Amino acid sequence: MARIAGVDLPREKRVETALTYIFGIGRPTSSRLLNETGVNPDTRVRDLSDNEVARLRQIIERSVKVEGALRTEVAMNIKRLMDIGSYRGIRHRRGLPVRGQRTHTNARTKKGPRRAIAGKKKVTKK
Amino acid sequence: MARSVKKGPFVQEALATKVQILNSKNEKRVVKTWSRASTILPEFVGHTFAVHNGNKFVPVYVTENMVGHKLGEFAPTRLFRGHSGKIVADKKAKPE
Repeated sequence: MARIAGVDLPREKRVETALTYIFGIGRPTSSRLLNETGVNPDTRVRDLSDNEVARLRQIIERSVKVEGALRTEVAMNIKRLMDIGSYRGIRHRRGLPVRGQRTHTNARTKKGPRRAIAGKKKVTKK
Repeated sequence: MARSVKKGPFVQEALATKVQILNSKNEKRVVKTWSRASTILPEFVGHTFAVHNGNKFVPVYVTENMVGHKLGEFAPTRLFRGHSGKIVADKKAKPE
């Protein structure tokens, strides 16, 4: 079984795509790694030889930060911003967009589902 | 786009020299400044700045983690007190 960095790769996909199922590996990293290890990106995961899997596993362990370690790093970066009390940290704390987007409308990804406002009249269509 | 490395970090010159003088005298005094766009240099660590937020001066004590950020990031310019509504009105009626 192709199990790399604690993630099961989908067996029927091309390796180039399958590697992107690992958190921290996108398309460019994936094709670079395949290029460096000399694995054909068109092979399906189920057709990979044990040797190829081992080579990929090794290069990922050595040269890329993935999964848990990467998630911790991201969380630590955000925590740093919150601890020093910077504007960006405050926005993270309040669950609002951090990069200057408008909040008059939109920003629903960050704010979550709309909360009803008490006493607001609903506009009804005729 | 990020600032060119060639230019180095932006700091208002008056501010940088002021801190340098304080450092050479080994003194710590609150430095009043309007220069929110100035980058925090490693030399600024341990000093307290009074950063203008458009209304008044907010005291900012600089720690090591803040190096590389701008002074203005630590002096918020907007004050959000919450929207009106039942909960707010109730709180106003009988404050704890």
